[in-house]
Amino acid sequence: MKQLRSPEPQQTPRGGVRLKIDGLDVTVDAGTSVLEAARFLGLEIPTLCHVDGLSAYGGCRLCVVEIGKGDKARLVSSCTYPAEDGLVARTNTKRVVRTRKMLIELLVSIAPSSKVIQDLAARFGVQKCRFKPKYEDCILCGLCVRMCQEQMMSGAIDFVGRGQKRRITTPFDKKSELCRTCGGCMYICPVCTLRCQGPSAPTDVCGSCVCMEPTCIEKFDDYMCYLGPTGVCGTCVSEGKKVEGSGGDKELCHTANTTQQRQP
Amino acid sequence: MIKALKNPADLAKLKVSLLAERDPKRICISVCGGTGCRASESALLIEAMESEVAKQGLKGKVDVKATGCHGFCEHGPVVVVTPKEIFYERVKPSDAAEIVGETVIKNNILDRLLYADLMSGDKILSEGEIPFYKKQRRRILAQNRLIDPTRIGDYIALEGYGALVKALTQMTPEAVIEEVKKSGLRGRGGAGFPTGFKWEFCRRAKGDDKHIICNGDEGDPGAYMDRSVLEGNPHSVIEGMMIGAYAIGARRGFVYVRTEYPLAVGNLRIALDQARQRGILGKNILGSKFSFDIEIERGAGAFVCGEETGLIASVEGRKGEPRQRPPFPTSKGLWGKPTNINNVETWANIPLIVNRGASWYSKIGTEGSKGTKIFSLVGKVNNTGLVEVPMGATLREIVYDIGGGIKGGGDFKAIQTGGPSGGCIPRHLLDLPIDYESLSKAGSIMGSGGMIVMDDATCMVDVSKYFLNFLRDESCGRCLSCREGTARLYEIVERISEGKGSEGDLDLIEELAHVVKDASLCGLGQTAPNPVLSTLRYFRREYEAHIKDKRCPAGVCKALIQYVIDAEKCIGCLICLKQCPVQAVTGEIKKPHKIDSDKCIRCGVCVDVCKPKAVFVV
Repeated sequence: MKQLRSPEPQQTPRGGVRLKIDGLDVTVDAGTSVLEAARFLGLEIPTLCHVDGLSAYGGCRLCVVEIGKGDKARLVSSCTYPAEDGLVARTNTKRVVRTRKMLIELLVSIAPSSKVIQDLAARFGVQKCRFKPKYEDCILCGLCVRMCQEQMMSGAIDFVGRGQKRRITTPFDKKSELCRTCGGCMYICPVCTLRCQGPSAPTDVCGSCVCMEPTCIEKFDDYMCYLGPTGVCGTCVSEGKKVEGSGGDKELCHTANTTQQRQP
Repeated sequence: MIKALKNPADLAKLKVSLLAERDPKRICISVCGGTGCRASESALLIEAMESEVAKQGLKGKVDVKATGCHGFCEHGPVVVVTPKEIFYERVKPSDAAEIVGETVIKNNILDRLLYADLMSGDKILSEGEIPFYKKQRRRILAQNRLIDPTRIGDYIALEGYGALVKALTQMTPEAVIEEVKKSGLRGRGGAGFPTGFKWEFCRRAKGDDKHIICNGDEGDPGAYMDRSVLEGNPHSVIEGMMIGAYAIGARRGFVYVRTEYPLAVGNLRIALDQARQRGILGKNILGSKFSFDIEIERGAGAFVCGEETGLIASVEGRKGEPRQRPPFPTSKGLWGKPTNINNVETWANIPLIVNRGASWYSKIGTEGSKGTKIFSLVGKVNNTGLVEVPMGATLREIVYDIGGGIKGGGDFKAIQTGGPSGGCIPRHLLDLPIDYESLSKAGSIMGSGGMIVMDDATCMVDVSKYFLNFLRDESCGRCLSCREGTARLYEIVERISEGKGSEGDLDLIEELAHVVKDASLCGLGQTAPNPVLSTLRYFRREYEAHIKDKRCPAGVCKALIQYVIDAEKCIGCLICLKQCPVQAVTGEIKKPHKIDSDKCIRCGVCVDVCKPKAVFVV
């Protein structure tokens, strides 16, 4: 692996920091995270709530690395921990591996139907889940919140509540005026293929998916899907429409897809 | 119009004139006005006392003072008549007339209101002789009983703001920091970081605009030390913060206090207003170049906002969620400016250190932990209340000498220290000297100083279930490990307490608990498994009894117990039959009753009402 070693600098460049990851020296700009430094070296650290282009959040904790020595050794999330001069980080210690596996097990228990999570489990050798599965879709990774805020410049959704009551929604659970129904939240979501568009009981079947007729063109005189082929997102189709037989007369209803995934 | 003090000499003059007004022989009736005593009608008592003094023609001759918390909350409301230091306990508003008529006018002591020794039953006259107070070493709480927190004059008369003057006139900021460093004072909020070093980091941080914060977000169930200091002696915290601001170079201070503490917020607001009127807070304090002011920031009661970065987010008006450190608040805190956060009790220690010097301060304590620490002693102990002891005092001293032993004659089982993220310390460690290191070695933490005493009728599985339930709700929910980990730990412990646990559960708890500890971002998550880990460490057999024998040895876990009536003891009085909310008791008058276990919801009301004690738990 010698060729991966970054060239030894004569001295730390201005504003740069030198650290050691898995025994390899690396010099990076100040403000770089340990995760970025490790990836620069080609080291694999799994992530779930981290996506380039969005701010680091440190919620899923999958990217933990061990820093420090002896009694003072501790785990930190590499996506949020800044590279510091003289920092020694290890990405695959016994403690890291054990922690990572348990975290993936917890993720599987929340959203066993997610392909992203199942792939992580397979990749990191998690073969069983000892907790009762919840079949919840949202793992509260916050990607959609940051996508909406930072890339779509909207800020229509955010976390509310704390602890067990934490969830992601629009202000006061009402349809947000800021939401342009761009679908960015669904695009980024690692758990559901089509993310629910609003708060309604999980058992509701709105049936909007069977009615694939975009309404945004009427409303905005343009397709409002920015991220995929136009019209595929499907969220707009239920906008302002009542679907017969759905039993609901909400203006905004969520896709049936979430309900289907819920079945074990 | 109150005259503002223009220089230190004005303050000294004010102190002299205040002292001259005070006749040490003048009789003063001090009534505790802390929240604990207010809960037992001390506000009414104060009114009754005042009207009684007026009625008996003593107005202007006898003072009635509503003071801060005396600490002996179990025996509240507490009244002290000075200068004779007569200590009356559990005083009712109806006793006011007698106290004024007999004790104040005729100099008679009311025997029935005196404290009776727990063992001998002897009546004790003054506060200092009561074992609860005698064994304590009160530094921070000492002034609480002498001061009316709504009058700045009371504080100034007791050397108040003397430390500030000393710091401003005789010491450089560096010298103040050096003194605090030398004193060995460590953060009283729980983590125990050396205060002087924290100040130094903040002083050295780049930037002119620096802030200091007083952390009064006391969230542990059963803990109320900070509340009592803020309620009873707010000026000591203000003075500490001012000295800190001078040392660090901060211009703005914030006190973050819970809205659930209305009296603390109220008294603090009065204290700040009075300090401003006197020119002690504001621009060019006492004629110096030092300007500083304090604002009150009320918290909404989220436990996680006691974590410093969570607290900063909350002050800034954002969601109270901790963030990654580094950068530490001392370099990048409130609104990105260097910020120094200390706990209420830490700030209250500062005037003492500056006034009396570091060597005086560090005389008591252990090698690594100096000074005193206030604990709120609650649970199954005879004398619940606030106790202040030197670092290094043993748990036995606190529970038995000061606390007066276990209530109801039960046996000591464990003591829970450090609040919900602390741990349970068992009987065999009763002689453990308390400091930051020893508690952490025993699997617990100092925390902010809550102490819950448990007797043998406490089920440790139930205890850890209680704290896990608290933590899973109070976790901010950001880290998967903390949010989901505590929820899953709760799920497993709940399963065990219902008798549905299986062999592998204890291993799974340990495995998961270590991950929660390791992987979480902030102090809340990193200490969240402590209750379950410490009970598992010291009381593993109890867990095993729940899992293997499907039995709760303490008779607490509802799914594993049955209420049975002893046919020989039962007198057939029908009382339990009538009280049972689900009609599970059957029987006829004067014949032994029976409990239908299928119907029984294990509410325990039959045990409580049975006079011959015929109902028991199996």
